[in-house]
Amino acid sequence: MLAVRNVTLAFGPKVIQHDLSFDVRRGSIFALMGGSGCGKSTVLKSLIGLLRPRAGRILVDSEDYWAASEARRTAIGRRFGVLFQSGALWSSLTVGENVALPLQMFTRLPATAIRRLVELKLALVGMEHAIDQFPSDISGGMKKRAGLARALAMDPDVLFFDEPSAGLDPITSSRLDDLILNLRDGLGATIVIVSHELPSLFAIADDGIFLDAQTRTAIAHGAPAALRDTCPDPQVEAFMRRERPEALAATGASPKGVSQ
Amino acid sequence: MTVSIIAGNNRFVSDTHAPVDRLEPATRTASAPAWQLNQANGRPVLALSGDWMAQSGRVPPFPPDALRGIAKGDLLAFDISGVGQWDSGLVAFLWDAKRTATAAGIGIAGDTLPPSARTLLGLLPGRVAPPGPPPRRRFEPLAWLGGATIDLLAETGTLSTLLGGTAKGGFLALIGRARMRPVDLLDNIRDAGPAALTIIGVVNFLLGAIFAFVGAVQLQRFAADIYVANLVGLALVREMSAVITAIVMAGRTGGAYAARIATMQGNEEIDALQVIGIPTEDYILLPSILALVLTMPLLYLYGCLIGMIGGGVVAVSMLNVTAAGYIQQILGAVPFSQFLFGFGKTVAFAIFIGVTSCRIGLKAGRSAADVGTAATRAVVTGIVGVIALDSLFAVIATIFDF
Repeated sequence: MLAVRNVTLAFGPKVIQHDLSFDVRRGSIFALMGGSGCGKSTVLKSLIGLLRPRAGRILVDSEDYWAASEARRTAIGRRFGVLFQSGALWSSLTVGENVALPLQMFTRLPATAIRRLVELKLALVGMEHAIDQFPSDISGGMKKRAGLARALAMDPDVLFFDEPSAGLDPITSSRLDDLILNLRDGLGATIVIVSHELPSLFAIADDGIFLDAQTRTAIAHGAPAALRDTCPDPQVEAFMRRERPEALAATGASPKGVSQ
Repeated sequence: MTVSIIAGNNRFVSDTHAPVDRLEPATRTASAPAWQLNQANGRPVLALSGDWMAQSGRVPPFPPDALRGIAKGDLLAFDISGVGQWDSGLVAFLWDAKRTATAAGIGIAGDTLPPSARTLLGLLPGRVAPPGPPPRRRFEPLAWLGGATIDLLAETGTLSTLLGGTAKGGFLALIGRARMRPVDLLDNIRDAGPAALTIIGVVNFLLGAIFAFVGAVQLQRFAADIYVANLVGLALVREMSAVITAIVMAGRTGGAYAARIATMQGNEEIDALQVIGIPTEDYILLPSILALVLTMPLLYLYGCLIGMIGGGVVAVSMLNVTAAGYIQQILGAVPFSQFLFGFGKTVAFAIFIGVTSCRIGLKAGRSAADVGTAATRAVVTGIVGVIALDSLFAVIATIFDF
């Protein structure tokens, strides 16, 4: 579905990640993992078309995304649904209008059909009661779910989630995990998720990549649960077991790649 | 009830479509979605056929009375063997059916649906609480008047408190005990002062030139060319330079203050200041208002000078006036007291613009739209208020024969 080939990302002279290569299989839930500041969100930005890579190619269904024309990129991007970190709902529109806007802009559906789809998408995320409320009047968890409904508006093939469970309590967070799984199974969508919430990563992701802030590239590939159990890299192991690398070093593992 | 019963016999309508997986590319033309309510083994079956794509706009509504003939407690089953491609359009239709069925006390047997559709249908509630009636707006003039009065009084109170707090902060700053950081004040002064020199200069130069043009036409008839200096000088110093400088600063700096403070409000920055115990007056209002009060009178004097030059350029090039004559005439025409009058007005305008735009920013809501509203309101309030204040000054000056 998505293929990333030798991608290097940089802001000016500052290289964020270099020589990234990975594949996202259709129907999988792919996790972009790594500590704070390693560039996970930056990688996501380049996937959804907000940041052009310095080098390398990003293929969407074997079509080079960044080599395509602006119009073509928009057309490809219409198959994407993005849930931003804090929902990024348009604050001047009600929750319902937020979900309706992409449908109004990109389809010729009559208002009643749009209203019906909006109600459906909101009901899928359990937000049908908040259709006429403004984003400023709802809680953080509700904003996330409303953002998810908006991401689903156009029946996307690929869904991108930036820190879906950040700022949510464990119960809400695990409900959101279930919802993501259900939606994947129900919609048949491919999901790319940026997160460092371990419980939710283990629960939903079936493939992934671990980015390192020091070496500025990927240091491990695989499902989070498999990485936790089998990855030899002490960085990854420490992350997955939620221990500090020093603590692991004291018990015998070599603290490779850790500098203070 | 099992799959075989439904998909097999006793169907009143037979389908020619084979079941197609939804991921199959659309190689054939889409067929219109259709549905029919049948009976299979004495049970109701909703048979669907065609392509159910939401964005085709052809997904039919589910009539609320479609299930009327079905007894309470029955199970509604589905036959989707005729369905080609589908997405949330199908799910929307199934959800309508589910809600209608639930309302009529009919159960749903979803085991013949594709697993993914069944998953989605499972997420959807059978009953949706109808949205509450919209709040009714009644015409109650007395209540409106009372509310408006209370608002006005409260607003006056808040503004006075802000002004008082800022004045107190300003006094403390004078004796060197304010909790205002000098760097904030300097930043604000740079933004409000030197950065505004160009626009104030251009506007006042053109203003002086316009006055000279207008005056020239009239004064030439009486061979009183030289008096164009009196006209330009008095008009600029007494009224126009002060008002125009204030209007430009209301648009430029007042709007910026309101937008900045409203954005801080949205980011919970104001809340953070309050929790830490840094008074908003000291940290935000004082440097902003003080910067305006310090720079605007200077900008006014600068505006007067540039305006006179603008008038001079027109006078010398169009009229029978020499540069030296113009300067000589203007020096005699504008007494120092007129400068004091304009200067004092500018200080009042600065305080007014600073306090109102900061207040509007603090009062703003937390969304992006609210920031826009706050900036607009600050500019409009600033411009209208400056002109209203100016007319007040004009009345006072007339009464005291100044």
